[in-house]
Amino acid sequence: MTELTRWTAAALAQAIHTREVTAVAVTRAHLDRIAAVDGPVHAFLHVDAGGALAAAARVDAALDDDEAPASPLAGVPLALKDVFTTADMPTTCGSRTLRGWQPPYDATVVGRLREAGVVILGKTNMDEFAMGSSTENSGYGPTHNPWDLDRIPGGSGGGASASLAAFEAPLAIGTDTGGSIRQPSSVTGTVGVKPTYGGVSRYGLVAFSSSLDQGGPCARTVLDAALLHEIIGGHDPLDSTSIDAPVPPVAEAARQGSSGDLHGVRVGVVTQFSGEGYQPGVLRAFEAAVEQLTALGAEVVEVSCPSFDYALPAYYLIAPSECSSNLARFDGMRYGLREGDDGSRSAEEVMARTRDAGFGAEVKRRIMIGTYALSSGYYDAYYGQAQKVRTLIRRDFEAAFERVDVLVSPTTPTTAFRIGERVDDPLAMYLADLCTIPANLAGNAALSVPCGLSEEDGMPVGLQVMSPTQADHRGYRLAAAYEAARDAAAGESLINAVPQLEVATR
Amino acid sequence: MTRTAALMSYEDVLGRFEPVLGLEVHVELSTATKMFCGCANRFGAEPNTLVCPTCLGLPGSLPVLNRAAVESVMRIGLALNCLIAPWCRFARKNYFYPDMPKNFQISQYDEPIAFDGSLVVALDDGSEFTVGIERVHMEEDTGKSLHRGSSTGRIHGSDHSLLDYNRAGVPLMEIVTKPVPGAGHRAPEVARCYVTALRDLLRALHVSDVRMDQGSLRCDANVSLTPRGASAFGTRTETKNVNSLRSVERAVRHEMQRQAEVLAGGGTVIQETRHFDEASWTTMAGRRKETSEDYRYFPEPDLVPIAPSQQWIEDLRTTLPELPWQRRARAQADWGLSDAELRDLVNAGALELIAATVDAGAPPSEARSWWVSYLTQQANTRDVELAELPVTPAQLARLIEMVTEGALTTTLARQVVDGVLAGEGEPDEVVAARGLAVVSDDSELQAAVDEALAAQPEVAEKIRGGKTAAAGAVVGAVMKATGGKADAKRVHELVLARCRP
Amino acid sequence: MSTISRGEVARLAQLARLAVTESELDVFADQLDVILTSVARVGEVAADDIPPTSHAVPLTNVLRDDVVRPGLSQQQALAAAPSAEEGRFRVPRILAADDPQQRTDMGAEQS
Ligand SMILES: [Mg+2]
Ligand SMILES: [Zn+2]
Repeated sequence: MTELTRWTAAALAQAIHTREVTAVAVTRAHLDRIAAVDGPVHAFLHVDAGGALAAAARVDAALDDDEAPASPLAGVPLALKDVFTTADMPTTCGSRTLRGWQPPYDATVVGRLREAGVVILGKTNMDEFAMGSSTENSGYGPTHNPWDLDRIPGGSGGGASASLAAFEAPLAIGTDTGGSIRQPSSVTGTVGVKPTYGGVSRYGLVAFSSSLDQGGPCARTVLDAALLHEIIGGHDPLDSTSIDAPVPPVAEAARQGSSGDLHGVRVGVVTQFSGEGYQPGVLRAFEAAVEQLTALGAEVVEVSCPSFDYALPAYYLIAPSECSSNLARFDGMRYGLREGDDGSRSAEEVMARTRDAGFGAEVKRRIMIGTYALSSGYYDAYYGQAQKVRTLIRRDFEAAFERVDVLVSPTTPTTAFRIGERVDDPLAMYLADLCTIPANLAGNAALSVPCGLSEEDGMPVGLQVMSPTQADHRGYRLAAAYEAARDAAAGESLINAVPQLEVATR
Repeated sequence: MTRTAALMSYEDVLGRFEPVLGLEVHVELSTATKMFCGCANRFGAEPNTLVCPTCLGLPGSLPVLNRAAVESVMRIGLALNCLIAPWCRFARKNYFYPDMPKNFQISQYDEPIAFDGSLVVALDDGSEFTVGIERVHMEEDTGKSLHRGSSTGRIHGSDHSLLDYNRAGVPLMEIVTKPVPGAGHRAPEVARCYVTALRDLLRALHVSDVRMDQGSLRCDANVSLTPRGASAFGTRTETKNVNSLRSVERAVRHEMQRQAEVLAGGGTVIQETRHFDEASWTTMAGRRKETSEDYRYFPEPDLVPIAPSQQWIEDLRTTLPELPWQRRARAQADWGLSDAELRDLVNAGALELIAATVDAGAPPSEARSWWVSYLTQQANTRDVELAELPVTPAQLARLIEMVTEGALTTTLARQVVDGVLAGEGEPDEVVAARGLAVVSDDSELQAAVDEALAAQPEVAEKIRGGKTAAAGAVVGAVMKATGGKADAKRVHELVLARCRP
Repeated sequence: MSTISRGEVARLAQLARLAVTESELDVFADQLDVILTSVARVGEVAADDIPPTSHAVPLTNVLRDDVVRPGLSQQQALAAAPSAEEGRFRVPRILAADDPQQRTDMGAEQS
């Protein structure tokens, strides 16, 4: 038997539910792995060993009492991005301003995980308030890519993606505002899904950009992601933007896809996402993946979405604008950091000092841009215009989905870059989200599935699959089919190519 | 000490300028829960006990709109003859202030749910003045601050503040009038009567407590002056902190006089916010900012648009009760009142009391007469509102019934009312306890008549001689002897019968 | 060409309640300039007949029944407060309506 930490979530669940192995043993194996490798990886900001073992023990006790498993993933451990509120663990969003903040409530996603018997190991590192593409903007130090510890694990959900690639957890939850699930998945060789906007509740997800944020599942296989998607998805009356409809049949689609047949599926290759700025190895891996899809029976055509060229600037107006408002509440009056309250300073001064001390450079930069874009005299040219671009992008998607079932592209133009390489060049950093942003602006579903390694650096490449709104299952089917063919061709799963990590010694 | 600014006389103001009003009224809705969360919307609880992640603005929390609040505002919009927007959104109004948990207020900006309506306002003399309604929109209230470390408990000079967020997120509605020109010398009265009419309307709709003293109805008065002969409106000021109906009138009047003085002296009126001082009946400038605030409004992404269907609107329209002006017209017709009579009873606050008394069985004229004269006097003497008098329409109806039956004279009936007002119980109990019933037993009255005739033999002779007018003296004596409880008409009959030649 | 002045950066920082040092003003001015110049491209697609999209999914009329739900206790509400007193959040002195405009819609607050 291979180490439990290398199993898929589906396999772990089956073994736990058939009492082949206990949930406590599975949880302990992952806690041990975290203890061994998280020093150099730094995927976690907080590990709740006691809480995790207690949750696992409850699952075991219920199964021992012959109760049916609470869900298909009952007893399986999970790493939670530290942007969801948890009543029993701190929630920092990677920001110093929330150091040690203990929310008095659980996010809806967290509540659903608990009800499903999923064991929450702890909270993972992230770019501060999810602003970034490398996790270097965390107030608590960067996370390292398990494929190469000198490289970034993507962002903002670098902790989640790294925890999967480092075999610290078989499942993770991320959030995707402009690519923060898909881009980290792409650069760590894992699977990440941004569900349709409104498909997963945002209640308890600390907002970065409310109209774009979406929580979603991360895993090492498409089926695992689908199983997790079905647990966290679905209508929530506490979120006004939550879609009141059943979760699309994503697990069924993943199982159907794994048979490997894609006959009758029309796939569109987005012509805008290639060329200058794209790493040759990324493009070659992507082209090989498209050939594989054709080989599986899919009908592949090129599709032009001209307004996608404006997605990046529109995003870097809308997201900062919303964040400038969402982050106004971090003022040191009711919770979190308070700086400079010496009894003489006014609330206004203390707020300004608190925000200066509590926020990192990227957060401040975006707040300033958003404040500018919304201010009178500039609103129409910036925010208003960006909202129009959003309409055009939606129309492009609608037109494309008239012709094809899904759209594909590389998930991100390059493989994982080196830590520190882009920190002083915000615009270069922003390019990491070039291909992922349109789906956030339009609200439709998209995922990233690993599609090989880039020739230049041996780092993973991601295939992005974009589906229409509420047709999330289409992406799962295609990704599962591709994943099965990829692994069959290689003889093993791509993730097994992750190098052995140094085992930390005390 | 501040110097009291000179004011132009009111007559002079009107000779030279035409006032233009604009009124903004904020109303707290009396829903069970807050605007965007399930916390109770209640006044007077222990601090920070009616709060949740959403109204505390905790990270991760989200708003969900209260259906009852939306429907209340739509009903108000309909009652104000407004159009209901087929599609509208909320916006975020961004500015930092410690009593706002999120540092933005969820409000409506350029897409109010109701707009372009009017309210017909009854002025003191019964005439009507129509005020145009610009918009009615929804928003949320803020928390409350206590200022500590200053002797006055005011924000000036305090060294710290304490915040209670129980009120944060309470549903607020803002009603903004169109500019109101043409009120002339009645502008202050129009302002007061507008707020009164609005208050009565909201009360009839049961959507708010409309208590100005508790802040559930707050009025800001905009005033500008247009020089006679000019066409463009002058610069306006906005006066806040106007916490009673009388203050609305006084603030407008003072602001007219103050602005006129400024303009007459060659100065310019500064667009600013002013505060009304209840003690001096004057308005005072707040500190001015060099730059105007930039609220950076944008559509609230956490709430989806509201798009009322025609069916929804029509369903709500059917729930509208009879509105105050409709009620007044019906009362006037039903009770056959002159304009003056209607005005008197409306001014006395007696309309609903009279209606209830009529419903309890009393003839309208009797009911009206009691409430508008004797009971109004009693209310004035006690300095309370008519409705606050401890007598119910049902009690009054019973009293009127006793008078009609002849069991009480009007004089006796007033004594019964006095007893009811004094807390002596129901009218019948007061009659019994005070022994106020009319003596209708003929044998008892006959004895009293005989006694009176015996006491005044010369008068008896006159009557027997045909001078029936002399009977009055005997009747008076009988009434006196019976303590007013006798039916004077019957006594008169008995006297004449005894002295029949 | 600089599209954003130091003074404008200072005003933005004030609006956003960010204490910014003099040297940071320059850094911000440069960075905002670069970023804003780049994102200004959205202006190229200008079209009067294109409606803006504020919400990704076109839902309307999401409403909640007017029913009380349990919230937090006072202790829970104040648990994370940097300072609390008398069951309330204690905050530094609030400047006297330096900002009457700001309180325009709020009414009841005494000032
Ligand atoms: Mg307002
Ligand atoms: Zn609440």
